Amino acid sequence: MLEITDLTKRYPDGFEALKSVELTLPQGQLAALIGPSGAGKSTLIRCVNRLVEPTEGSVKLDGTEVTDLGRSALRGARRDMAMIFQSYALVERLSVMENVLSGRLGYVGFFNSLLRRFPSQDIQRAYKLLEQVGLEGLHDRRADELSGGQQQRVGIARALMQEPKLLLVDEPTASLDPRTAHQVMGLLADLCDEHDLAAIINIHDVPLAKEYTDRILGLNAGQLVFDGPPAELTDEVLPDIYGGEDWSAHGEQSADEEDDDDDEDVRSSGQFLAEEVL
Amino acid sequence: MSSPSTDDQPVWRKRSRRQALTHWVITLGIAGVVLWCFKLISDETTWSFVWSGPAQAGELANRMFLPEWYNRTGELWAEGEFWSHLGAFLADRAAYAAELWSPLVDTLHIATLGTVLGVMIASPLAFLAAENTTPSVKFVRPVALLFLVTSRSVNSLIWALLLVIVIGPGMLSGILAIALRSVGFCGKLLFEAIEEIDEATRDAVVSTGAGRLQTLTYGVIPQIAPAFAGISIYRWDINIREATIIGLVGAGGIGMALQTAIDELAWGHVSVIFIAILATVILSEWVSAKARAAVT
Repeated sequence: MLEITDLTKRYPDGFEALKSVELTLPQGQLAALIGPSGAGKSTLIRCVNRLVEPTEGSVKLDGTEVTDLGRSALRGARRDMAMIFQSYALVERLSVMENVLSGRLGYVGFFNSLLRRFPSQDIQRAYKLLEQVGLEGLHDRRADELSGGQQQRVGIARALMQEPKLLLVDEPTASLDPRTAHQVMGLLADLCDEHDLAAIINIHDVPLAKEYTDRILGLNAGQLVFDGPPAELTDEVLPDIYGGEDWSAHGEQSADEEDDDDDEDVRSSGQFLAEEVL
Repeated sequence: MSSPSTDDQPVWRKRSRRQALTHWVITLGIAGVVLWCFKLISDETTWSFVWSGPAQAGELANRMFLPEWYNRTGELWAEGEFWSHLGAFLADRAAYAAELWSPLVDTLHIATLGTVLGVMIASPLAFLAAENTTPSVKFVRPVALLFLVTSRSVNSLIWALLLVIVIGPGMLSGILAIALRSVGFCGKLLFEAIEEIDEATRDAVVSTGAGRLQTLTYGVIPQIAPAFAGISIYRWDINIREATIIGLVGAGGIGMALQTAIDELAWGHVSVIFIAILATVILSEWVSAKARAAVT
């Protein structure tokens, strides 16, 4: 369903965030993308929906070459690839319902979206999804009034609102407490199962990745260094992905490094958007 | 710098002898320049006028705010005469205050319409000037910034002066002058607010397949809405005060009444205008404080 071939991202300063990544994802498969901060995980999923423009290579979604698409065709392709963010990325001053309905922006015209006139089947679907993610009755609350876990559920509902074929999930649990993280991963796994969605989930938490996904992808310095079922991801192969000698002695990722990683992604997508918006 | 003293106790000085000397020379030099500047100013000042200043100010205040204490023959009013004189004094002020309603309302109109027009021009310019929404960082952004800087670098009064020459005296000149000055102010603050938005939120909207205008209306505008309202109200508050002045050069509003009153040496009327302006400004401060509290 998703075929990535020879995908390379080179920044203007010569830094190669991705080096000839090859990846095929069948329909309905949940893949966890793990790797150290700065390995290019966020860049990889952002190259798929072209929030970051890939430098070379091909991304095919159901046989459509995404990297060649013009602006309006790209909009169409993006409807099929929903994204979920670490920071939830909700429009905080809008209501939960408006956030969920914003998943339909690719289908609704500008004036109708401006006047919040969405088709009634969209509104029905939004209510149904809010119920599925456990947020019944909260549709008129402002998004920033909700807790982190609830906001991430709104993010998930917004993504499913797109009726996507593929979910691109960027660190869904990094801002959540362990129990909420489990709930959110469980919810994602259930929903992907129910809607037969494929998903790439960037995640730092290896046990969580192994528990909820069908496949583990290990990225190090822009290269795929591991690809296999969760059972094959043993303490012996973890140093190949994360570096270091003895995995059992390996501590948590430094928070500073992670911040740097995030900043870089945001900046690069911001540059792209400068051309995209207006 | 430390150096051992005679009885070998360590001595610490912040500056060495040489540094301390330089320090003093520079300090004295600056003091000398300041004194010299005072002398230059003093030479250009007619001190006899300055010394008579307090008396002049008292006289002016007397003429502006108080009824006349003496009758035409130079004697104090007899008691009955004084009260009737005071009555006439107050009646004159009240009648003049009533006449001021119309220019005062004009002033409010100039400030409000000028602000609305200024914000309407500033908004698109802000999107063109913000690094993250401009269509071209190299070409469009510098042009937008140039517009904003130009607008900001010319005072409302000077815009009014130019506009009165170009399109003639009256409220329209005033509205345009206020608007032209507001464009730069609002545009600058707005584009800074746009540059501070959360990019992840906009990425999220883009990744739904939203078009460019949808991305703006869902991903950017909700994020800057509070700043937009706050900036507009703040500028309106400033514009009320600016609109009282621009009438001095003929651009409508209460400033024109002030100009006339000063030309006629009608100091009693000038004082009424001052009180009216003060009341208006206090009112606008109160309104804008309430409005700003409501939007955040």
